[in-house]
Amino acid sequence: MTLAPETTDLKVQLLLDGTGDWFTVCDLALLTPGRGVAALLPDGRQAAIFLDRSGRLYAIDNRDPFTGAAVLSRGLIGSAQGRPFVASPLLKQRFDLESGKCLDDDEVAVTAYEVRSAGVAV
Amino acid sequence: MSTTAPVGTGPRPTIVLVGHGMVGQRFLEALAERGLTATHRVVVLCEEPRPAYDRVALTSYFSGKTPEDLSMTDMAFIEKERIELYVGDPAETVDREARRVTAKSGQVFEYDILVLATGSYPFVPPVPNKDAEGCFVYRTIEDLLAIEEYAKTKATTGAVVGGGLLGLEAAGALKGLGLGAHIVEFAPRLMPVQVDDGGGAALLRTIENMGLTVHTGVGTQEIVTDESGAVTGMKLSDGSELATDLVVFSAGVRPRDQLARDCGLTVGERGGITVDEQCRTVNDPHVFAIGECALAADGRVYGLVAPGYEQAETAAATIAADEASFTGADLSTKLKLLGVDVASFGDAHGATEDCLDVVYSDSRAGLYKKLVIGSDGTLLGGILVGDAEAYGTLKAFTGSVPPVSPESLVLPAGAGEPAQLGPSALPDDAIICSCNNVRKGTIRGAVTEHKCTTVPEVKKCTKAGTTCGSCVKVLGQLVNAELEASGVEVDKGLCGCFGQTRQELYEIVLALRITSYQDLLDRYGREGARGGDGCEICKPAVGSIIASLAPTLGASGYVLDGEQASLQDTNDHFLANLQKNGSYSIVPRIPGGEITPEKLIVIGEVARDFGLYTKITGGQRIDMFGARVEQLPMIWARLVDAGFESGHAYGKALRTVKSCVGQTWCRYGVQDSVRMAIDLELRYRGLRSPHKLKSAVSGCQRECAEAQSKDFGVIATANGWNLYVAGNGGATPRHADLLAQDLSDAELIRLIDRFLMFYIRTADRLERTSTWLERIEGGLDHVRDVVVHDSLGICDELEKLMADHVANYRDEWAETINDPEKLSRFVSFVNAPDTPDPLVSFVPERDQIKPDLPLLSIGTRPLEGTATR
Repeated sequence: MTLAPETTDLKVQLLLDGTGDWFTVCDLALLTPGRGVAALLPDGRQAAIFLDRSGRLYAIDNRDPFTGAAVLSRGLIGSAQGRPFVASPLLKQRFDLESGKCLDDDEVAVTAYEVRSAGVAV
Repeated sequence: MSTTAPVGTGPRPTIVLVGHGMVGQRFLEALAERGLTATHRVVVLCEEPRPAYDRVALTSYFSGKTPEDLSMTDMAFIEKERIELYVGDPAETVDREARRVTAKSGQVFEYDILVLATGSYPFVPPVPNKDAEGCFVYRTIEDLLAIEEYAKTKATTGAVVGGGLLGLEAAGALKGLGLGAHIVEFAPRLMPVQVDDGGGAALLRTIENMGLTVHTGVGTQEIVTDESGAVTGMKLSDGSELATDLVVFSAGVRPRDQLARDCGLTVGERGGITVDEQCRTVNDPHVFAIGECALAADGRVYGLVAPGYEQAETAAATIAADEASFTGADLSTKLKLLGVDVASFGDAHGATEDCLDVVYSDSRAGLYKKLVIGSDGTLLGGILVGDAEAYGTLKAFTGSVPPVSPESLVLPAGAGEPAQLGPSALPDDAIICSCNNVRKGTIRGAVTEHKCTTVPEVKKCTKAGTTCGSCVKVLGQLVNAELEASGVEVDKGLCGCFGQTRQELYEIVLALRITSYQDLLDRYGREGARGGDGCEICKPAVGSIIASLAPTLGASGYVLDGEQASLQDTNDHFLANLQKNGSYSIVPRIPGGEITPEKLIVIGEVARDFGLYTKITGGQRIDMFGARVEQLPMIWARLVDAGFESGHAYGKALRTVKSCVGQTWCRYGVQDSVRMAIDLELRYRGLRSPHKLKSAVSGCQRECAEAQSKDFGVIATANGWNLYVAGNGGATPRHADLLAQDLSDAELIRLIDRFLMFYIRTADRLERTSTWLERIEGGLDHVRDVVVHDSLGICDELEKLMADHVANYRDEWAETINDPEKLSRFVSFVNAPDTPDPLVSFVPERDQIKPDLPLLSIGTRPLEGTATR
């Protein structure tokens, strides 16, 4: 995770687990601070990518484990005790954006991805 | 045993209750609470054609309550407790020797215990022609139905004989039925039992200002009739004659003790079955009498419901072999008569030796307050007319020396220091709720021992405040004081980010013209939350406040603009309702539920073309389910093109105003309910509020639109509209309260404007109008004072805020489909906008689709579904 300087050339990139490859998702400018977007990964899985008000990026699996629906990218983000979270829009369980752990149920977690913004040669 | 076989004599001892009024019903509940319904066979003989109903609220029938609304009998309770209730079958004879009751139908019941709760009958003075056509009494629902019928067809003027409590209610009802109404009272003042001359004068002025004509100090000598025998007038004792087509006798009641007399039980000189402190008749240990038919051990017949309840409890306890006695009761009353507060308590007429009065009187404002003080400073009683706000506190202090001077208790605010008597000053044995005889100690116990933290919880736990409601305000103060005293830190903050309530944040936003959530959080958030990302609770709440006030703040009212977009729950963010599999549903606005065939066809075509599941909603809308997020703009492009706009089914906003077909088509309709529903819906569409708002308009009292279950409901009358507020359906149904009657179109809209804006201003987050009204101090009376009488002087501002909203309304969907930047958010994947989410899939059911739900690896929630993915 890096701070994103104000530039339109920057791309959002996700580290795919296992491969060590950075997967380029989209222009950073497509993200709205405080909200998320869904991304389709090469293996068919989905990631929810968020930008907070200070410009930090986070990425977790998009699938809400409580309902099975791919909706976490549409939840509202917030911070509790300084840690960022997203609340599922369906049944409102909160997930830590850095670890993927559910804050309302110790036994549940979603995958967290490493994500960065980077200049990419076109 | 006689040769006549008694009906169903079982092995269990039998209790026969004669009379199923309010007191009879309370007796049954008391039996059940003590487990006596399990050990006894219980038989009830009820003369009226319907089981127990709220006779105290009888007059509310004329303001739109149905007989069903007034019912106090839960048939499930009767069934569960295996009570045999015979309606319309009065007891005719009692054979005490054989312990047998014979009912009118011929049924015979043997009893072990007989309880007489036969109530009272209206006293009709023995004047000539008292039974003429057009003469009525005012006691039962049947009486009211007969009066209503006669008033509609045969009368233009009505007179009530008797200016007591019921007489005034009856006169108000006659006026409500469109008659010119007179009150004839023999005593020199109105309500002679409850108030003194000063109180009567204040009352008289207010009553006359309502358009009722009052004749005091005159008696009725004769009812005058025409040749057909119908009433045309009455001769009064001062020699004058009053022309009237209808007469209601309301000259007091007498105990119904004939059944007791016939079987040889002792009755008082002026009637009433003589009982001891256990409510047992003095002649027969197997027979009890309770309520208005009983002459209590203190030599009085009580005509109020609270002592009747206490007698019912006493009788039930005695039957259960528990210790209980009824030695007399407090005659304190507080009522709202024709909108005027009248209360009297304790020694209201100053009968105690050496007592002194403290009186405050303002005839101009219709105010009269008198306190009776003993020579040692003890508060003995008092009378309040026009403003009975202090009743709860004063009554609780009766019998003790109040900690502040009596004058300060009756002086209006502003004249000297208004007394703030905290409930903490009350002793534990002070009775807070006299209807249910609940003492302060019991209420404290509900908080400290039973862990109640809110007034509704305490009401449920103790029954306090559940009958007349006059003590609810004191109840609220007590609960808060107790919570604070027990060290419960009541953090009223909205969430972890804000220490303020929603209402406080509203005031901050409005006063400082704050248009940014981050600005508000960084300046007014809790220390640790400033500079952070907020949370999922305060973001939508603040977003809603800013949206409600947008035109006034100079902010954009469009919820997808700028920072607003980041505050919205997913429903508002996609302007559609998220369903369990991640798809959305769509509800176009159909104002009032009225739709043309052309538009119906468009909805059908859109649903067919996009393969959506359709369902008719309870709010007279059509809901289309199963749209994927990237389909929403295409669907809405077609809907907007056909003239539809957002229905805000996704927002905490006005949802629907449903209507019945009204006067235009319906033979019963008295106003154009459809037009009014459309007008209201178009006026308040898009209004963001603390929770969703639902409304309905009915074209007549039959109430087919179910307006009384809505946040604001409108029912047509012959003279205009009645406005009901704070109703609710759902999990905790609540009947709406009547806010104002017979309003013109303009008056109606002005009141709703004020009501909604006052609600938006003062409600908590996600607090429906029903819970809001129950919570706020002063309840309905306070809301009425604020929005009808403008007691806070804020009505101009409230109206202005609504006018701003109405003038600045824009359709969110029309705006969105014309904004490419906003539309770019409606994609499945940021990196593959046209690829549908593979997790959203459907299977067929009943010729439509339903979600094909995935099996879940975690078992937190059972989900049905057939897919293998």
